[in-house]
Amino acid sequence: MSELRGADGFGGYGDEFYERLVAAHQGLSERQSGVLNARLILLLANQVGDRAILAQVLAAARASVSPAPEAAGE
Amino acid sequence: MGSYTYQRFRYRTPDELAGGRPKRRPVAIVGAGPVGLSAAIDLAQQRVPCVVLDDNDSVSDGSRAICWAKRTLEIFDRLGVAGRMTAKGVTWKVGRVYHGDRELYQFDLLPEGGHKMPAFINLQQYHVEQYLVERVCELPELIELRWKNRVTAVEDLDDGLRITVGTPDGEYHLECDWLIAADGARGSVRTLRGHRFEGQAFEDKFLIVDVRMEATYPSDRRFWFQPSFDPGESVLIHRQPDNLFRIDFQLGRDADPDVERDASRVMERVRRVVGPYVSCEFEWCSVYTFRCARIARFIDGHVIFVGDAAHVVSPFGARGGNGGIQDVDNLCWKLARVIRNEAPARLLASYEIERGRAADENILNSRRTTAFMSPGSAVERQFRDAVLELAADFPFARALVNSGRLSQPCDYAGLPGMAPEAGTVTGVMSAGAPCSDAPVMRADGTPGWLLEQLGATPCALVFVEGEVQAARAEADGAACGIRGLKVITVGAHASRGTGFSDPQGLVRSRYGGAAGVTYLIRPDQHVLARWPHCDPHALRAAWDAYRRYDEERVTA
Repeated sequence: MSELRGADGFGGYGDEFYERLVAAHQGLSERQSGVLNARLILLLANQVGDRAILAQVLAAARASVSPAPEAAGE
Repeated sequence: MGSYTYQRFRYRTPDELAGGRPKRRPVAIVGAGPVGLSAAIDLAQQRVPCVVLDDNDSVSDGSRAICWAKRTLEIFDRLGVAGRMTAKGVTWKVGRVYHGDRELYQFDLLPEGGHKMPAFINLQQYHVEQYLVERVCELPELIELRWKNRVTAVEDLDDGLRITVGTPDGEYHLECDWLIAADGARGSVRTLRGHRFEGQAFEDKFLIVDVRMEATYPSDRRFWFQPSFDPGESVLIHRQPDNLFRIDFQLGRDADPDVERDASRVMERVRRVVGPYVSCEFEWCSVYTFRCARIARFIDGHVIFVGDAAHVVSPFGARGGNGGIQDVDNLCWKLARVIRNEAPARLLASYEIERGRAADENILNSRRTTAFMSPGSAVERQFRDAVLELAADFPFARALVNSGRLSQPCDYAGLPGMAPEAGTVTGVMSAGAPCSDAPVMRADGTPGWLLEQLGATPCALVFVEGEVQAARAEADGAACGIRGLKVITVGAHASRGTGFSDPQGLVRSRYGGAAGVTYLIRPDQHVLARWPHCDPHALRAAWDAYRRYDEERVTA
């Protein structure tokens, strides 16, 4: 099974990516930034494509904010 | 006034109230909708008599369930009614999805040829019920249809049930070995037996309207998210026979059903869809909400729940009526064998397990569609809208646009009794899968379809090369000792008797049919097991393991 990458995966381009990410939101209202984020997440998720990785990414991001709610009963 | 003339079926005083001697029935079916009537026909075709009790005396009021899927039509074909249905119904296989005025994508539900039945037909539920009632009337020795008979109590006996039935002439009791509850989402049997739907109710209100008009609309299913011509969230249009069109409006949470039902208001909405110049007439409408829910167990002693009496879904995906007919297909051959003492009653547990999986699948798909159509929170709406916006440019996002995942038969792979693979057979149908259709030809040159040969009895489908192998397969089938087994051989040339040739090579390609490959097929046209070679002992062992349904043994 695929493992979530904990270490740097940008191979030296991390600063550049971060700058681009912030720049992509420049001049947008908070609402527009929300729209951009939603579309960005969908594009990135499709690019990753790996079911297990995506599940781990979602779980890790959620856990870093607040505990996840109980599973939706599946 | 409407395009369909409702016939009132005649109520007759039941024997029990007319001084006749009460007789115990093997099966009583409650509910003469599509599911209950199909169950009656399926049992009768297996020589099991039944009585059908319905509290009404007519077919469904309004078109209601209109989309009948390929797998359901294949079952209706086995019941002898699909010919009329496909002749009358509107055939379709393409769905078109729009966002505003822009077409986002199309999906094709049956891109390949070589199937007897189409992907879908649209046919009003009242036509379906009428055809089924007429089929029932061809089996008068086996089915007694009792209109205006309302079930008011169901009590357990030692080895059966005692039903209390109310009629215009008063109350009577009827004893039966088994009761099939096919009385729908609001049926009484579930409540009488103390079972509750568990699941999710949705707040959005929907308006469905049938209008009659001369229009050149395509037969395709057309679905709009955020249509420009209606203030609601979505609109769905289906074409039906008789120049009827079904338009489904998503009204939202706060809509008032009494206001929305008003005919002139309804026609104002319709007018915005069809434009000012088409002459159209109102026929029927209904405002509804829905649940995605099921009861925990489908079998309660000698009471068996099928169709909407057991599970309910949203209409998007056409998984309600189709799921119910597929319940019947799974149940009736098993119940017939239990009644004839050819299988233990615990075989019926397989109905609950297999159709439980199907219900869960249907509920899951239906719930996901509903979530996409009715986003519950601001962030959910943001993602939903992002999908719709991206879909115009990116094919991956089109795959996420969910306007209904249309009914597919359930694959029982991995459930108890579905034999694990004992060798390498190519072809996508492993144990548990519904059998694919394909064209076949008899030795005398008569064309036919594979699925017409399967069903009702267990079948061994054996791929052969030459007469000698075909004769050996038939001898193996006779020797293996499975009661009623039918052997069907398929080869490059048809042999005499039960042999078929494969004129387009589609049976062999769909089933990975190298010479020797053998499928054991259940009476409901699902694969029970398959092997690279025909082995009578293996056939017998797989059938017996399933028939006995000894869960510990069959899962071992």
